[in-house]
Amino acid sequence: MASRRDFLKGTGGLVLAAGGGWAASHAHGAVPAAPGFAALPTGTTAESELEALPGKLPLIKRTLRPPNYETPLSYFSEDLTPNKAFFVRYHLAVIPQIAADKWTLKIGGEAAATPFELNFEQLKRDFPAADLVAVNQCSGNRRGLFDPHVTGVEWSVGAMGNARWRGARLKDVLAKAGLKKEALEIVFDGADGSVMPGTPDFQKSIPVWKALDDNTLLAYEMNGEALPHWNGFPVRVVVPGWTGTYWMKHVIAINAVSKPFDGFWMKSAYRIPVNRFPIVEHFASQVTEANEPITEMVVNSLITNLSAGQQVAVGRAFDVRGIAWDGGRGIAGVDVSADGGRTWSSAALGPDHGRFSFRGFSLAVTPSTAGAMTVMARASNRAGATQTNELIQNPAGYHHNVIQRVVVNAA
Amino acid sequence: MKALSFVVALALAAGIVVAQERRVELKDGPGRAQVEANCNSCHSLDYVLMNSVFLDRNGWDGSVTKMIRVFGAPINAEDAKAIVDYLAANYGKS
Repeated sequence: MASRRDFLKGTGGLVLAAGGGWAASHAHGAVPAAPGFAALPTGTTAESELEALPGKLPLIKRTLRPPNYETPLSYFSEDLTPNKAFFVRYHLAVIPQIAADKWTLKIGGEAAATPFELNFEQLKRDFPAADLVAVNQCSGNRRGLFDPHVTGVEWSVGAMGNARWRGARLKDVLAKAGLKKEALEIVFDGADGSVMPGTPDFQKSIPVWKALDDNTLLAYEMNGEALPHWNGFPVRVVVPGWTGTYWMKHVIAINAVSKPFDGFWMKSAYRIPVNRFPIVEHFASQVTEANEPITEMVVNSLITNLSAGQQVAVGRAFDVRGIAWDGGRGIAGVDVSADGGRTWSSAALGPDHGRFSFRGFSLAVTPSTAGAMTVMARASNRAGATQTNELIQNPAGYHHNVIQRVVVNAA
Repeated sequence: MKALSFVVALALAAGIVVAQERRVELKDGPGRAQVEANCNSCHSLDYVLMNSVFLDRNGWDGSVTKMIRVFGAPINAEDAKAIVDYLAANYGKS
């Protein structure tokens, strides 16, 4: 049976209207919103279309240059997101094509005693490989669903993906650089750059303790293949549990510093109000009175198999399926309601790929009467945090984890 | 268009694979030329459409100011005013 994915693969470019249902609604400029959330800005909807970057399947274009493209909902039916469908996000428009045999990584900084340089072969050969499954989610995923709207890239639900990452442990690479006692933060720089000289270069830092965590990687493989160009070829930083802003793509320099890094994208951007979100890990050297850097993801879920207004049969069971994830505590459970939140049942959880991965869930629901049914899913993590009923407002549009409400129709 | 050719030339020089970018059509009106001349160098103009319609004049003023002060957009005061006027009138909420 031809799936939506087969249909998309067949065209390779813009999807043209053909036949009824989902396919027809994917005419130029008409990408359906993920059901059960507030609406995207009207201009965002008018501007969204399915478009294939070189080497990628058609994704939902938000902006052409720099490219910001999100993954259509259908790809989240599987626990691992295919590389060709993985979302693309850039801050800056000068994105060089890097040849693996020309790539070098400089590791140094004033808090490194023995700076050195690595090429691709050395990175793969000289350090033991580690692999793990982890969600990479843009800090601003779902920003478009904020109400009232806030400026920025107006993502729907698809600025995220789950992959098996393989690479060297950053701690092993840093050990060779000889971290000094006073090392406070590790700064990453990628090969992409700005068009204008006055635009701050995209550089990020993480605390030294996070850099030395066993799970923080310099990844050169994604789902068993080389990284796609648009996802950071040849090497990117992987910081499991933390939002995508730290996962520096096309990394070319790593610097150990003894003072808080004060680049724009660390000091002024990617900040959340203090004490507003249920998070465990804080970036202490970057906290101010007013705000702190975004760090780990908040617990969240996504229903992947239902669309708004979908017909279901009275007296016959249908599945509510989806995925849940958080910042690395692990998913404790997902509750599902089919009566707008009056009653809840525990969903069955799918295979456990590790605490940084998407976790599938499913629950069979049987409508007892005809009419609209509001289906909701609410994930909880092992730190006791759960999703919100109401949006936690913040000016930059981060950490949207409002409980989804999909209305289906029983007849 | 000058600004876009510069970006493409820069892109090709840096070895970036880039197809000819399709033109984003903005609404016609006074100030449109200033937006196209000033804003298109760093990013495609769909950033404007995507951020509509929910900003009022103050909101667009804040965005344009951020482009100049934070992101280093070399826009003179006269053009900046024309740009904010245009965005508020065509992509802003009253």
